[in-house]
Amino acid sequence: MAFTIEVNGVERTVDVDGEMPLLWVLRDVLDLKGSKYGCGAGLCGACTVHLDGEPTRSCLTPISRVGTAKVTTIEGIGETLLGRRVQNAWLDVDVMQCGYCQAGQIMSAAALLAKTPRPSDRNIDSAMTGNVCRCCTYPRIRAAIKKAAGLSTADARMP
Amino acid sequence: MTRFAGLSAAAARRSDGALPSRRAFLKTGAAVGGGLLLHAVLPGLARAASAESEAQGAAMLNAFVSIARDGSVTIVAKNPEIGQGVKTMLPMLIAEELDVDWQDVRTAQADLDTEKYGRQVAGGSMATPLNWEPLRRVGAAGRQMLVAAAAQSWDVPADECSTAQGVVHHAKSGRKLGYGALVEKAAALPAPDLASVRLKDPRDFKIIGQPLPGVDDPLVVAGKPLFGIDVAVPGMLYAVFQKCPVFGGKVASANTDAIKSLPGVRAAFVVEGGDNPQGLVGGVAIVADSWWAASSARDKLQVTWNEGPTRTQSSAGFASAAAALAKSAPQHALRRDGDPGAGFARAAQVIEASYTYPFLAHIDLEPQNCTAHVHDGKVEIWAPTQNPAPGALLVAATLGISESDVIVHMTRVGGGFGRRLRNDFMVEAAFIAKTVGAPVKLLWSREDDVQHDFYRPAGFHFLKGGVDADGKLVALSDHFVTFGHGERVADAAGMDASEFPAGLVANLDYGLSLMPLGVPTGPLRAPGANGIAFVFQSFLDELAHAAGQDPVDFHLAVLGEKGDPGRDFDTSRLRGVIELVAEKSGWANRHKLPKGTGMGIAAYFCHLGYFAEVVQATVAPSGAVKVDKVWVAGDVGSQIINPSNAENQVQGAALDGIGAALGQAITIDKGRVVEANFDTVKPLRMRQAPPVEVHFRITDHRPTGLGEPALPPVIPALCNALFAATGKRVRSLPINNAELKWS
Repeated sequence: MAFTIEVNGVERTVDVDGEMPLLWVLRDVLDLKGSKYGCGAGLCGACTVHLDGEPTRSCLTPISRVGTAKVTTIEGIGETLLGRRVQNAWLDVDVMQCGYCQAGQIMSAAALLAKTPRPSDRNIDSAMTGNVCRCCTYPRIRAAIKKAAGLSTADARMP
Repeated sequence: MTRFAGLSAAAARRSDGALPSRRAFLKTGAAVGGGLLLHAVLPGLARAASAESEAQGAAMLNAFVSIARDGSVTIVAKNPEIGQGVKTMLPMLIAEELDVDWQDVRTAQADLDTEKYGRQVAGGSMATPLNWEPLRRVGAAGRQMLVAAAAQSWDVPADECSTAQGVVHHAKSGRKLGYGALVEKAAALPAPDLASVRLKDPRDFKIIGQPLPGVDDPLVVAGKPLFGIDVAVPGMLYAVFQKCPVFGGKVASANTDAIKSLPGVRAAFVVEGGDNPQGLVGGVAIVADSWWAASSARDKLQVTWNEGPTRTQSSAGFASAAAALAKSAPQHALRRDGDPGAGFARAAQVIEASYTYPFLAHIDLEPQNCTAHVHDGKVEIWAPTQNPAPGALLVAATLGISESDVIVHMTRVGGGFGRRLRNDFMVEAAFIAKTVGAPVKLLWSREDDVQHDFYRPAGFHFLKGGVDADGKLVALSDHFVTFGHGERVADAAGMDASEFPAGLVANLDYGLSLMPLGVPTGPLRAPGANGIAFVFQSFLDELAHAAGQDPVDFHLAVLGEKGDPGRDFDTSRLRGVIELVAEKSGWANRHKLPKGTGMGIAAYFCHLGYFAEVVQATVAPSGAVKVDKVWVAGDVGSQIINPSNAENQVQGAALDGIGAALGQAITIDKGRVVEANFDTVKPLRMRQAPPVEVHFRITDHRPTGLGEPALPPVIPALCNALFAATGKRVRSLPINNAELKWS
């Protein structure tokens, strides 16, 4: 069945089973490999994209349910000033180890900052806890979010 | 569909970036080939030397370095990048001695070619100790040839020339030439002897010691295809492979005909498989037009399994068998010093305790996957692997082709942790691709990945320690019940006879007993140490408390003033990091912490690195654990090569250990794994991750690696902190909050 969705500002039409998760449409049909498969169950956040700005697990979102929502992926997040700022903060802080989770981390971080421009540590915890980093770069993810927000990157949770 | 990497080595090289079509190559190969010292370490350079006579003209391919006419430098990163930072760090070593500007350097991931590059393995924290000197010599040899070329051009002595940032200068005449203009001439010169090339004084380092960001960072943040899972080959199909849930089981029958009729499915077939868990095992392959179609078809798959003998094994069964074995003497003596019986008899206090840790999975975030294409009598493989060479051998043996007909492209790897030292996914992909006659990308589901690992083996330790009236540790014994058959210990399930504190306690007895195991095991980050350090460093804390001593003082007393009890273990270096972490953490003031909050310390030497760590943790009356902070002091020698990555590795290792201790265990029941996804095998989450403060103690020793040695001490440091907070001793992992309740 044909579905037309808007991805990173471009209308794309795909002919797939309506149950096919958005993640696999993005990766294997539209060749946008940035969103990652990690668990297939909404438990790791590696597949996080935005639907109308809301962070969404694309591995659990059937293509038939995307409708007219604007899909933004890691490949498109740099088109916004905020998205670009988050990506640059990730580069400045040198967050990555293996890097596999970082697309999802950046998408969750950008969604957090869009709603909460000056997040507290608690805000960061609740917005980011759904995104697993198996390499445990959490201290640097936290610092990069603060940097993108223009806050001090020092970890002030304990003296 | 775009191509991630081409079908040939040349195409793969092109995919790494915009290399000029006509390159001038720097011939340091001959230099290295002439060096006796490095011939064995970097055999490929010898081959480059022998290729010299066959080459046309001056352009020569060196194994590691090429310089374009515009002066831009391409340096090959030889090892798999699993997140440990070697794709940046190893080229830094070459670039430093080549004396180029890091801004002018791009790196290219090597394919598997051990003849050319030497060992290509991500394991054992060995990249630094194995490459620290050889790769700097590769760079220095290149620099020397460029200087010689400039000196010839100017007709001046080479020793009047100097280099800086990719330019050769002659100060007396004020002349200078960029490497790009010199490289063709340099390549035609005789190569220097690698062993005698001069290396920089470390005080002159400009790249080594700088906190440089990872070379792939910009690609990662942009979501560019880098990983094995991202590989796309024209005409590629997608596969899933259902293995028997019980280890070693085989297919009796399967509804493959029904599966073949499902939408998008191209093939479904039974794989007989063999008995080697590292090779092809029994299962059902489903190949489809998309991974989603293959995975959906699997939901309809019905298999009758011949489960085999492992179906009777369980974690509960191992625990009771271990307890029974502990009642007798160890089956195998590992080490005996002094007279343990007499030592215990003389001790003022004897403490006995049993410790246990569970099986663990690696849970690499990128599930196991591999893309394979059998064509023209060869098989071409794109694999996220830590250890490609044995994978190529296995593929060759399984497909019945020559090893030289297996081409392995190494992709960036979404987490290794030791799992990808095994290459079972590679063999599966190659076999399925050959069977269907098309390129195939095999991708495991998360559930496949959790349930078909080479697990960190569980372990059971039955300990006894004696302290004398002065609080000195005078006798220690460990009966380690682990896995194996006969004399053969299962993979990663052993203990070294020199295990700490052996050699430092007058009366000591280590023994092993073995239980048969059908579950595949293997190395997990800091293998052996990741369980054993928890046991011994926790027990040492118990003994310190029994002796009424500060655990730091007790530990330092065991270490003594200075010594080398074996395996190159220098006790003074461990002492140094213990003292440093005690100072940085405010250990002496820990009695001021509120009720329910405590500090614990542990220290460990492994993978050539010395680490001491303090954890501060708070336990709620409900037993809920919050880790407040971790302080780390490490000694990995004279030079931190890339401080940014070094800190990241150490923080990650410490948090990795905390995550395992708080939430991870693999349970075996009826010969299969109970857990399947991240709801039951719990990776550490952002809200659980405390700050980790890292300090390095710089010492006059050769630099060593950082991927592993920071992990082992954090688990006992945490458990010792929980004891300080609650008075309850954690002797079994993962930590059970219910046992830590207090009021």
